[in-house]
Amino acid sequence: MKIGLFIPCYVDQFYPQVAKATLTLLEQLGCTVDYPLNQTCCGQPMANSGYAHLAGGCDDNFIRNFAGYDYVVSPSGSCTLHIKQHLHGHNAATDNDASAIRGRVYELTEFITDVLKVESLPAKNQVHPHRVRPLRVGLHQSCHGQRGLHLSPMSELVGNQGVSKPARLLKMVNGVELVDLDRRDECCGFGGTFCVTEEAISAKMGKDRVADHLRHNVDVITGVDVSCLMHMQGILRRQESKVEVKHISELLVN
Amino acid sequence: MSNLSHAEAAAVFNKDEARVDWHDETLWFVRSKRDRAAQSIPEWEGLREAASQIKNHVLSNMHDLLTQFEQKAIANGIMVHWAADAAEHNAIIRQILADNKVNQLVKSKSMLTEECHLNEYLKEHGVDVIDSDLGERIVQMRGEAPSHIVLPAIHLKRGDVGDTFHKHLGTDAGATDPQYLTEAARQHLRDTFLTRKVALTGVNFAIAETGGFVVCTNEGNADMGVHLADVHIACMGFEKVIPRAEHLGVFLRLLARSATGQPITTFSSHFHKPRKGQQMHLVIVDNGRSRQLGRADFRNSLKCIRCAACFNTCPVYRRSGGHSYHTAIAGPIGSILAPNLDMRQNVDLPFASTLCGSCSNVCPVKIDIHEQLYKWRQVLMQEGHGPTAKTLAMKTMASVLESPRLYRMAGKVGRGVLRFAPVVAENGLNPWYTHREMPEPPAESFRDWYINNKQ
Amino acid sequence: MTSRDTILAAIRANQPDRLPLPEQFTFETTYPDLAAQFAEVLAFVGGQAVNVPDYAAIATYLRQTYADVLSIGTTIPELADVADLDLTLITVPHDLVGLNLAIIGGQLGVAENAAIWVDEQHIPSHFRAMPMITQYLAIIIREVDLVSNMHEAYRRIDVAATGFGTFISGPSKTADIEQSLVIGAHGARGLTVFILKE
Repeated sequence: MKIGLFIPCYVDQFYPQVAKATLTLLEQLGCTVDYPLNQTCCGQPMANSGYAHLAGGCDDNFIRNFAGYDYVVSPSGSCTLHIKQHLHGHNAATDNDASAIRGRVYELTEFITDVLKVESLPAKNQVHPHRVRPLRVGLHQSCHGQRGLHLSPMSELVGNQGVSKPARLLKMVNGVELVDLDRRDECCGFGGTFCVTEEAISAKMGKDRVADHLRHNVDVITGVDVSCLMHMQGILRRQESKVEVKHISELLVN
Repeated sequence: MSNLSHAEAAAVFNKDEARVDWHDETLWFVRSKRDRAAQSIPEWEGLREAASQIKNHVLSNMHDLLTQFEQKAIANGIMVHWAADAAEHNAIIRQILADNKVNQLVKSKSMLTEECHLNEYLKEHGVDVIDSDLGERIVQMRGEAPSHIVLPAIHLKRGDVGDTFHKHLGTDAGATDPQYLTEAARQHLRDTFLTRKVALTGVNFAIAETGGFVVCTNEGNADMGVHLADVHIACMGFEKVIPRAEHLGVFLRLLARSATGQPITTFSSHFHKPRKGQQMHLVIVDNGRSRQLGRADFRNSLKCIRCAACFNTCPVYRRSGGHSYHTAIAGPIGSILAPNLDMRQNVDLPFASTLCGSCSNVCPVKIDIHEQLYKWRQVLMQEGHGPTAKTLAMKTMASVLESPRLYRMAGKVGRGVLRFAPVVAENGLNPWYTHREMPEPPAESFRDWYINNKQ
Repeated sequence: MTSRDTILAAIRANQPDRLPLPEQFTFETTYPDLAAQFAEVLAFVGGQAVNVPDYAAIATYLRQTYADVLSIGTTIPELADVADLDLTLITVPHDLVGLNLAIIGGQLGVAENAAIWVDEQHIPSHFRAMPMITQYLAIIIREVDLVSNMHEAYRRIDVAATGFGTFISGPSKTADIEQSLVIGAHGARGLTVFILKE
């Protein structure tokens, strides 16, 4: 199984620890993982701003880096969804490659659940050996992972939608207590460039989302998208809160 | 309508955070009622799919359904008018009033007439218009536009309504009890209903098979108006037509549950013929709809049944208020309808969203609202409606991100610059910092670490 | 070209290729007790259901409940004695304005949403305003005319049988002031539905 690790640009630059945790976790689960060195960005920053027509160069670069892998795995629901929906080649050959990549790109928890079919984490993971009480974890359902990739059941829909993939994995970690939120899948307000073009609403949404976690006395806020987490972390830090923010890979890795 | 962009108006709205919290909670309460109502119907998703398919058929068979509807309606004794745009719609209504030598009108809720700015037009031509839906009456007295298509005065607190009624209806100063205020409006509007000769309503559904139309209200105000008037004028966008009466079973099961969590509206009135001695007019309006029908990516916005579930679930709408959308129909659905009417003026609206997708999930006719928001962004920027600075910044960012070499260089120069480059270029300040901290830039990127440690 | 022709031509040019109607768009709903379900939903929407064996029981109930009320009108011959208004003397709808209690019949009731279909077989054409203009409303339906959901309701009624028909579910209401529910917006302030077993 040939796995290409796709690390979103802002994770590469600002959150290398998330990329390391993702790589290590996959290796602990028995995978051999490549990290193509010339990868940059999925093109979503341009596309969501209405400039998808400027993202062709990113597409081409992405295809050059990831063509030929059996799976492309990324610690981001949003970037994964963008590739799945919008990656296109600009000639017949590269478009074939693009189409193959679109069918083989997975968000990390989706890959672990649906492809690796992991039922338990390899070495029994524990959040900290000396903790006297469970670590209270609030799971932020990032919208693109949840509603786009169907990683978790959606509160708007009726009927059985299966289990939440990230929640199921978190429950495998010893010492983690998943906390129920008042609004279990409300958007945090990051929204790509929305976070600056609609600063007032974005910040208010973030404050409200953080407040829901704080009301439920979480120790850690986690999720599948570092972008949402970066936004919430920015608000927590401004409030000088002690609540930590960790990508789900950092909690799942041993 | 305000000249502020959505973001500017939203920033003003957010100056009073307690009020934003109240607005958000009030609408979240409506969304929660909707959830309970939907969860009580095991076949909910099947109903949504059926409604979606019926509406898809309607879009594809619009011409024949409308001609069938028109023929049956005329046979029923309804006078059918066609209006290509808002101006023609308004002129037709003015003419009907003139023909009947009447300069007063009572009107139940019709978002189409808001879209056409009928009230302002009639006022300019000396016609006195009274809106009879309680929420619409409240905003009308205040000289405001509705902020929500189902709950027009949802942005107001009971104290605001109390003040307005004290001023206009003479209720006790400081009285804010909704029961008392509603009773005052009831007495005031009873007189209106009894004295107006012409009543105007909207249309929720028009039935091609039978040539009749359906009007839904909770207050009974549409019925009170038209059953006591000599002339009934009903106005509809042409997309309101459905093939057969039995399809109403699907739509009426979805509409009120999606809108307010009620099992059905109090009154779902089916009009087929005028009562003896009454005139019944129906105005069928295009106003850009046929153009939208031709846009493959956007035509299914015309499936909308105006339930406003997308408003109530939208985390942006709940925190920015309806007036920030500066268009008759606010919220996510308004943001995909408005650019069709005027791209330049509504260029900001498809960007007033995080693309979270909740709107598409609650939509009872399964309009892919958030995907259309994304697609409108592309159309608007490609057609040159983006600010020049933004376009330049995007070009720069794209050239950096498509080149591994430039990307790595930019990362080294300053990790903070990379992601927010376009906005920094626009105004020299990074709005991120107003309410948030940036992550502390690490010493090395993941790629650098990988090369040093894994290769 | 007239606006009609311009609009229709634009629609013909712009509408997509024909898509079929769904074959399946109705759903079965089963309730163990239709009358109980109807009554529960009616209470939820602000009305009340009363089970009665016959018209005599309705008359007794109304006389007790509305003992001091004047201006009662009915379109139901069996309940003529309960009314003090002779509706045949009223020729314009505006004269219904003093009506305190209107007693009318309905064709069927829907258990899922407590809606009752009323058309001009139950109220004459010039009385279309009657269920809204009255202060209080009573509707009589037969228990055998209860159906489970709206699909079944539309199979049973003919919406175009008369010039006007309406589904009524509960008394008139509004929540336009701060989402605070108020019963009695413009229409009836109260609705009693008699479910007749016979």
